[in-house]
Amino acid sequence: MWVKLMKTTKDIAALLDEPACEHNKKEKSGCAKPKPGASAGGCAFDGAQIALLPIADVAHIVHGPIACAGSSWDNRGTRSSGADLYRIGMTTDLTEQDIVMGRSEKRLFHAIKQAIDTYHPPAVFIYNTCVPALVGDDINAICKSAQERWGVPVVPIDSAGFYGTKNLGNRIAGDAMVNHVIGTRDPDPLPLAVQRTDITIHDVNLIGEYNIAGEFWHVLPLFDELGLRILCTLSGDARFREVQTMHKAEVNMMVCSKAMVNVARKLQQQYGTPWFEGSYYGITDTSQSLRDFAKVLKDPDLTERTEALILREETRIRKELEPWKERLKGKRVLLFTGGVKSWSVISALQDLGMVVVATGTKKSTEEDKARIRELMGEDTVMIDDGSPRELLRIVHDYKADILIAGGRNMYTALKAKVPFLDINQEREFGYEGYQGMLEPARWR
Amino acid sequence: MADILKRNKALSVNPLKASQPIGGSLATLGFNRAMPMLHGSQGCTAFAKVFFVRHFREPIPLQSTAMDQGSSVMGADENVVEGIKTIASKSRPALITILTTGLAETQGADVHRNVREFREANPEFADVAVVAVNTPDFTGSVETGFAATLTEIIRALVPDAKEAGTYPGKRTTAWMQEVEQRREQLPERQVNVLINYMLTPGDIEALRDIFEQFQLRPVFVPDISDSLDGCLTDDDFSPVTIGGTLVSEMATLGDALATVVIGPSLNKAAELLEQKTGVPTYALDHLYGLKANDALISALAEISGNDVPERIERQRSQLQDAMLDTHFMLGQLRIAIAADADLLNAFVDQVQEMGAEVVAAVTSCNVPLLARIPVATVKIGDLEDMELIGKANKVQLVIGNSHAVDTAERLGTPILRAGFPLYDIIGGYQKTWIGYRGSRQTLFDLANLVINYSHEEIPVYRSIYGQKPASEITDYPLSCH
Repeated sequence: MWVKLMKTTKDIAALLDEPACEHNKKEKSGCAKPKPGASAGGCAFDGAQIALLPIADVAHIVHGPIACAGSSWDNRGTRSSGADLYRIGMTTDLTEQDIVMGRSEKRLFHAIKQAIDTYHPPAVFIYNTCVPALVGDDINAICKSAQERWGVPVVPIDSAGFYGTKNLGNRIAGDAMVNHVIGTRDPDPLPLAVQRTDITIHDVNLIGEYNIAGEFWHVLPLFDELGLRILCTLSGDARFREVQTMHKAEVNMMVCSKAMVNVARKLQQQYGTPWFEGSYYGITDTSQSLRDFAKVLKDPDLTERTEALILREETRIRKELEPWKERLKGKRVLLFTGGVKSWSVISALQDLGMVVVATGTKKSTEEDKARIRELMGEDTVMIDDGSPRELLRIVHDYKADILIAGGRNMYTALKAKVPFLDINQEREFGYEGYQGMLEPARWR
Repeated sequence: MADILKRNKALSVNPLKASQPIGGSLATLGFNRAMPMLHGSQGCTAFAKVFFVRHFREPIPLQSTAMDQGSSVMGADENVVEGIKTIASKSRPALITILTTGLAETQGADVHRNVREFREANPEFADVAVVAVNTPDFTGSVETGFAATLTEIIRALVPDAKEAGTYPGKRTTAWMQEVEQRREQLPERQVNVLINYMLTPGDIEALRDIFEQFQLRPVFVPDISDSLDGCLTDDDFSPVTIGGTLVSEMATLGDALATVVIGPSLNKAAELLEQKTGVPTYALDHLYGLKANDALISALAEISGNDVPERIERQRSQLQDAMLDTHFMLGQLRIAIAADADLLNAFVDQVQEMGAEVVAAVTSCNVPLLARIPVATVKIGDLEDMELIGKANKVQLVIGNSHAVDTAERLGTPILRAGFPLYDIIGGYQKTWIGYRGSRQTLFDLANLVINYSHEEIPVYRSIYGQKPASEITDYPLSCH
């Protein structure tokens, strides 16, 4: 019998070929091949773990030797409103003996039992890493038999680091959710206490929202007010039982990132759910995202109430931002961040009256770049080379007052005595929604 | 002395262990103009980098051979050679280390051959030292990876005494002659100091001060106090380390008066150095507590021929006084320690010196030192093991890294943060633990944790016949301990 062990080149090519992603339209799809000795960035396992770890009540087991989990567990700014099993680091911590003697599958099987016995999770996620992928552990079969044996869902996430980039890992993670989790349970009926006769409650999903530092909690009350029930945010502050119900949403919103766009596309294919893309960084984008929900849901009453809410919130926050805008007006920003964030953050900064002098576009799609031109004008400086030296050169050449980038560049900036604001997923401050605008504004 | 309890569960929960490539990278980062390159997939490097950045809050030079699907299956020789070449031509470092990961080793990489091939094909980079080390993460820990890397660096960069014409004390003689000629003050006298992974930049700075008081010139190998101490430079940016042991200085280790070795994990590195140079070795387990520092000071007095300086005598008696002040809190205190072997051993010695009881000793992997740690049992395991053993033994205080903070919270005890990584405090990387002064500070810190965390106060009792104002009953409700 032919057993499928490691992902084949064909599987990876299929994941990289994402019709909903604009990179596909260019000649070389996905990201360029990394160069030995001159590469930066994570791996597929990194991406898969980042995408799913915020599912707070699941036992996340990293199947591999220590480096994969040992250097990365409990290393994320995401917040949970209750369950905290995701903060317990779990790994099979494979030894030389396990690998040489072929005992790693057996160890994994027992590890799953141990996690279930100790922590009683609603589900176990298994992240496959390089070494077991290379020696040919059949994690699909192990997960299947463990699930049958112990009666708890065990989900294989075949994410060996050498398969590719972080971005690919995001997609592998999304794929695993679509194939193994979404559609396995129907949503709870609306509790009596929150049922309303005057308005229609709509079920929606957010995909690619990670609740960094709890920032989504700035936005969530607005959803409640509008009568939008979020079945699941994939994956910020999510629970396994929420992910299971994602197929029943009326609309999906892709938040700020194309990383898990395959989830939105597949839910559309399989369940006909429409999706749109948006962001909660900045006043303009937050308002636009709320409007888009009403638009896709084709509910005139919701549209009306949304407009009223936007007017109220925008008036309130603009007043609160007034004193800061005085000080920020005209300040020059160099923005270096990947993908969608490059345009979503631009509009947030422009809301504050700041001038974006240049922006990074290394991970941006053609569509992202078009939106950047729309926001900043045709002769915008777009930076592809993200080397520290190049960034500092641009800071000096364009007389930027502050560098806004991911944490990786923080110490580059600080060492060169350049003011810095962290925008990535490890950060400890939340910027989302109307209220979140106050946080980066205060930083100057 | 200790019974070693091996790992007996399939799943490691809340791992204590950091990987060998992390240790190898740290050792490399203690050399000037150096660049470690992990032979594995990109993620191996990315995770290690984040690990260090969060601990040191510094930019960290670290590269990757970026193995992908094709090279993982078909062979990654090209990746190693191309990686070295790229780094060498881009930033011309003094030292590149190639550290293997579990992926490369499982695949069957031969990095030593790769380095030879690079050498033959690229004579123009002869001035760039390249050292390959086997550091797979499926065995060992940060401690063994650090030691292995240091051993290989010594093997590659320290010449045999016969070839190099070095001899112990030569530096001193040369200095003396020069000094005679110039009629200057006392000569500097070189002592090599092999530093294990547990010494912080703050520790090394303090150690330099102690050596200099004996009019000795220490050459630290490696020296992260010069590269990862958080110092602002005039340059905006450097792709390689901006300080640390000079690679050129490795050739003169054979001229030193003596080699002081700190940490049993470095035994092999020390043996190799002595074998190559003939310079006599003074091996010390650690520099925590009174006894350990007495051993250091006696060694330095012997090597230098100087009397112990008054300042050091005074610091010793200050430590003794602190021991008296803190023994009320630390005597019979039930402590759990989770750390790699060298550090575990150091803390066990220091707290036992104060009469505390180590009720849980947990470490990450099996090494020869464990057997002689003076506790009943050492458990090879993770932070969950420490939690369970600690709970069973009614632990009162935890010593461990930042990951153990949640563990301590669940145990209801205070924690003294130590080891790798420390990411939830600022300046943890810089703390000075060693010497009489560092040891004194540790005692103060431990005692303060105990005082401030006290839950064992006597509950208030109010007599039913008491005449206190009636309002007190509502204004000051009895606390429920």
